[in-house]
Amino acid sequence: MANDPMKQFEIKKILELPQIAGQDISFTNSSLWMVIGVVAVIVFFALTTKGKLIPGRMQSLGEMSYEFIANMVKDTTGPEAMKFFPFVFCLFFFILFANIIGMNPYAFTTTSHLAVTVAMALFTIGIVIVAGIWKNGFKWFKIFVPSDLPLPMYLLIVPIEIISFLSRPVTLAVRLFANMTAGHVMLKLFAIFIAFLVGKGGLMAGAAIVPIIGTLGLVALEFLVAGLQAFVFAILTCVYLNDVYHVDH
Amino acid sequence: MAAEKAHSDGTHAAETTGGMAQLDLSTWTSQIFWLVITFGALYFIVSRFILPKIDQGLTNRGDRIADDLNDAARMNSEAQQAELDYEQAVSDARAKGHNISETTRKSVEAELEAEAAESEAEFARKQAEADARIAAVKASALAKVDDVAAETVQAILEKFTTSKVTKAAIKSAVSSAKS
Repeated sequence: MANDPMKQFEIKKILELPQIAGQDISFTNSSLWMVIGVVAVIVFFALTTKGKLIPGRMQSLGEMSYEFIANMVKDTTGPEAMKFFPFVFCLFFFILFANIIGMNPYAFTTTSHLAVTVAMALFTIGIVIVAGIWKNGFKWFKIFVPSDLPLPMYLLIVPIEIISFLSRPVTLAVRLFANMTAGHVMLKLFAIFIAFLVGKGGLMAGAAIVPIIGTLGLVALEFLVAGLQAFVFAILTCVYLNDVYHVDH
Repeated sequence: MAAEKAHSDGTHAAETTGGMAQLDLSTWTSQIFWLVITFGALYFIVSRFILPKIDQGLTNRGDRIADDLNDAARMNSEAQQAELDYEQAVSDARAKGHNISETTRKSVEAELEAEAAESEAEFARKQAEADARIAAVKASALAKVDDVAAETVQAILEKFTTSKVTKAAIKSAVSSAKS
């Protein structure tokens, strides 16, 4: 079983909980690592927000994170979208910490599961739709209808706009899930290959240096992907939130 | 459905079939349930405690920096004002000093001139006095010369002659001889 690269994504129950409305809500390894990730984020910011006038290194780190996300929201969506700043902030750090914690051996990557990424993506799009209608009323649906087009063009443009809107949660969810899953599968395959070569012994064991170097490079790449995917998810959320405030294209 | 069956068995499809664990829908509710709980807790703590604290710290620092910059600008203008005042004071003092030396020089010059004039007048007066005295002495001496000559002539005449010559005659003779 150890040689199955998909084994790392298995969900194992840690604590069986009574079903709610016929649904299984047991505490699993996935739940455990979600809790660990959230606690890590909170501990990180508890350590970095000392509120000193002259910030130390740790406090600068916390303040840089704050300003990074704040500027992302301001620049991408606009200052009026700062209501959603805590949400984008949580999204970014939840995903970032889940991805990076998942890089540790034996850790579980919660963001490598479709259930998690789909839930987050649907929630994000749900917020865009609800906030958009809340703020603009039914005028919000104008986002599907660009103004000042020749009439026949609408027959083409409106379906395209609707399809592109509906594909947002799909791409949002699949991008994160696929990146994390593929990265971890690759790492596992390289690791299995190393073990396989070393197990053969002799010249083959020496050849194991190639996948070892490959793994090192891949680990670096995966750390980059971990940060990048959190950033992409957060900034796309900002881009989509744009539709709440700027109905007219 | 394999997933359904696995779920009802209490085991997961991935374990039994070796398929992708991500596609095993039986685990989705649990994952989403715990995602909602953990993400909700994170959101609560972040929005209630973490972000306000960072925001407050940044705002305080921004205020403090703005205050300090204001103070610096104020102090700068004060320093400039002080420099202007100093330059003003220096130029005033210089003008005053110049004034004082000028007036002193003038008064000294006037004094000197007055003294010179006074001593010149004194000198002229003394000279005039001396001239007068010399003239007087000279006149009296000249007057006495006639008398002395007449007396001398009379004495000589008395010694060598017997003729009685009157003093008046001698005097007229002397004065005619003199002229």
